[in-house]
Amino acid sequence: MDSSQLLGITTFTYLFSTILYVALLVFKAPRLGFFATLFTVIAWLIQTAGLALRWVESYQMGIGHAPLTNMYESVVFFSWTIIILYLLIEWKFKTKIIGAFAIPFAFLAMAYASFAGEINKTISPLVPALQSNWLIAHVVTCFIGYAAFAVAAGLGIMYLIRSRSTTSVLPPLDVLDEITHKTMVFGFIWLSAGIITGAIWANSAWGTYWSWDPKETWSLITWFFYAITLHARYTRGWAGTRVAVLAILGFLSVIFTYYGVNFLLSGLHSYGSA
Amino acid sequence: MNIITNLWKFFSSVKLALFTLCALASTSIIGTVIPQGETYSFYVKNFGPKWAQFFHILDIPNMYYSWWFLGLLGLLSANLIICSLDRLPRILKIINSDNFAIQPERMEKMAYFKKWKVTSKADLPIDFRTIFNKNGWKLRGQKQKDGEMFFGQKNRWSRIGVYIVHLSILIIFAGAIVGHFFGFKGSVMVPEMKSTAKIYTFKDSQSIDLGFEVRCNSFLIEFYDNGMPKDYRSNLSVLENGKEILTTDIEVNEPLTYKGITFYQSSYEGYQDFIISISEKNSGEGKRFVLPFQQQQTWDVKSLRFGIINVKANGQRVISSKIWFTVGGEPPVTQWLDDNSSSIITVGDRTFTLSAKQMYATGLQVAKDPGVWLVYIGCISMLIGLFMAFFLSHKRIWFYRQEETDGIVLYLSGSANKNKQDFSRLFKKLEERIDSTIHNSIQID
Ligand code: HEM
Repeated sequence: MDSSQLLGITTFTYLFSTILYVALLVFKAPRLGFFATLFTVIAWLIQTAGLALRWVESYQMGIGHAPLTNMYESVVFFSWTIIILYLLIEWKFKTKIIGAFAIPFAFLAMAYASFAGEINKTISPLVPALQSNWLIAHVVTCFIGYAAFAVAAGLGIMYLIRSRSTTSVLPPLDVLDEITHKTMVFGFIWLSAGIITGAIWANSAWGTYWSWDPKETWSLITWFFYAITLHARYTRGWAGTRVAVLAILGFLSVIFTYYGVNFLLSGLHSYGSA
Repeated sequence: MNIITNLWKFFSSVKLALFTLCALASTSIIGTVIPQGETYSFYVKNFGPKWAQFFHILDIPNMYYSWWFLGLLGLLSANLIICSLDRLPRILKIINSDNFAIQPERMEKMAYFKKWKVTSKADLPIDFRTIFNKNGWKLRGQKQKDGEMFFGQKNRWSRIGVYIVHLSILIIFAGAIVGHFFGFKGSVMVPEMKSTAKIYTFKDSQSIDLGFEVRCNSFLIEFYDNGMPKDYRSNLSVLENGKEILTTDIEVNEPLTYKGITFYQSSYEGYQDFIISISEKNSGEGKRFVLPFQQQQTWDVKSLRFGIINVKANGQRVISSKIWFTVGGEPPVTQWLDDNSSSIITVGDRTFTLSAKQMYATGLQVAKDPGVWLVYIGCISMLIGLFMAFFLSHKRIWFYRQEETDGIVLYLSGSANKNKQDFSRLFKKLEERIDSTIHNSIQID
């Protein structure tokens, strides 16, 4: 068994998780809920093992580094973070319905990582600039933020659906609104930390903490976007539909920062496309 | 007067903040789509002369440093300062307010409130505070004219979290400004065994005197098996007045800082010259020579003559070189030497340790940024402030025991500015505790 097999299996297990949660939404059978959670936890453990094994494999190849250094690895970590975050929300807020809207993001990320042609899956050594603990901190913090924003977008979608249907299995609007906000706040802190660790890394590698390259700039744009959302909510009372729409738009900005910039614009971070 | 009030209102408004943040976010996109820092002719070629002219007027080729973008940042700063000054006094008032000076009527209007009336005093505890202690709340009491007020609070300073976040942005800006005016960024190429006291700025290639010298003792590249570079490393010495102060290795991500100036490993250049190190086994004496390819060099004291007569290279990178070597009148010896690894050569009765390496210049990026510490302090305070603003809630609990002629009235009230659900759970628990304590008393209400 090697890491790529484990991670390949994860793609399908997350698909199955998604199906279970959607089935739960449709059939409203509580027993199903138990299995959906159990299955997702197992899938997540398999993925954790896959990531750990990939780490070990890199050491066996003599180029040991944490599995967080190229596009493939970061997408896998992104989906991993979405699942753990979702499970925490399920546990804290005691609602399983969100799974049908959050887990698809993790599945899509894994499917993209596994099947997209432009993604290179091999474990490759690190060029000198990437050999830094700040880089690891940077990737981890950014992706926790991104995962939170993904979940917030899922919640935003739920909110919009819920607000347009009268009888619904979805949680009440005020609960959705609350969780969306909390998730965005959580993401905002991690994104802030991600931008900061990135700046520290840049400063230790070439003496400039901020150089306005497209990736940096887009992460700042995303950060501004969420700062605007927080202020609109906190000081102008925006809530409900508006914040749900902002949660979705914000995530589009995240995707562009993370994915669009690598392929559509060029800059220092283009290592991600290798 | 009126105009000042209006200006103050304008600059302290959150509407302006929303406008400025939106403007910053949307205009920032421009610079990620239109390449920055190119020449005028680049824009003419790619966008046509009309657009190039337009870009020029609006400083688009350098937009993040343009008057209007810096103006937006200035507006944001003014907004932050005035808004904070406007609100901070009110917040400090809440933080430092005298929470005992509160009437039972006010307590009744709070979001969390509960009232009991007890007619028999017999079973009431002497000190109600123990009830709260069990939930981790230490209340202080104060005698009042018709009873006793108890009050406790947590995290009152979390209310300034938001202001720490706002201040941190200003600190970061201040750091950037300090770096801009009192720092520089530049680079220099230093060949191995040479030193430099000057570097050249990126902005206008001006030379800057370091005030000391930096010598590159050696430069090394290592490669992975697949040919990717693994490590660039320079061994540098800092010299003042010709005296060596310190010697250290630098790598990418591990720079050297001396007197506020930091040297980063950023590039290199390979030469066609070689550095040959020779040491004699018996005497222990050694020496390093720089010599061009296929030229003869001598070490007269030892009556040595030598030169590199052939190389094997991978692109620009020398893998091994063939040395020609003779001592006195002995017949010359030739030998292949792997780049930068030593071999032993014996000629007649004399033995030498030899190594040859391709000569490099190390490319150093050099930066002085006295503002970076401000930036880091700003970053740390931002994270602390965000944590305080989002996760710590200012929780307050009031408990009032009012003596009346026909019994005792108990008031419990509370407020929290965040995490209301957690707080209402706490409040319920306190309620239940009090309920069960006065269980045996006769209650009305
Ligand atoms: C990039 C810039 C900014 C960031 C990162 C930022 C961050 C924050 C954060 C994290 C909060 C807390 C929100 C909450 O509790 O939900 C907040 C609140 C607030 N911000 Fe900002 N802010 C920024 C700019 C501004 C500006 C320019 C103003 C000027 C008017 C402003 C005014 C406020 C106000 C009035 C509050 C509510 C404060 C209170 O609780 O009394 N912010 N800000």
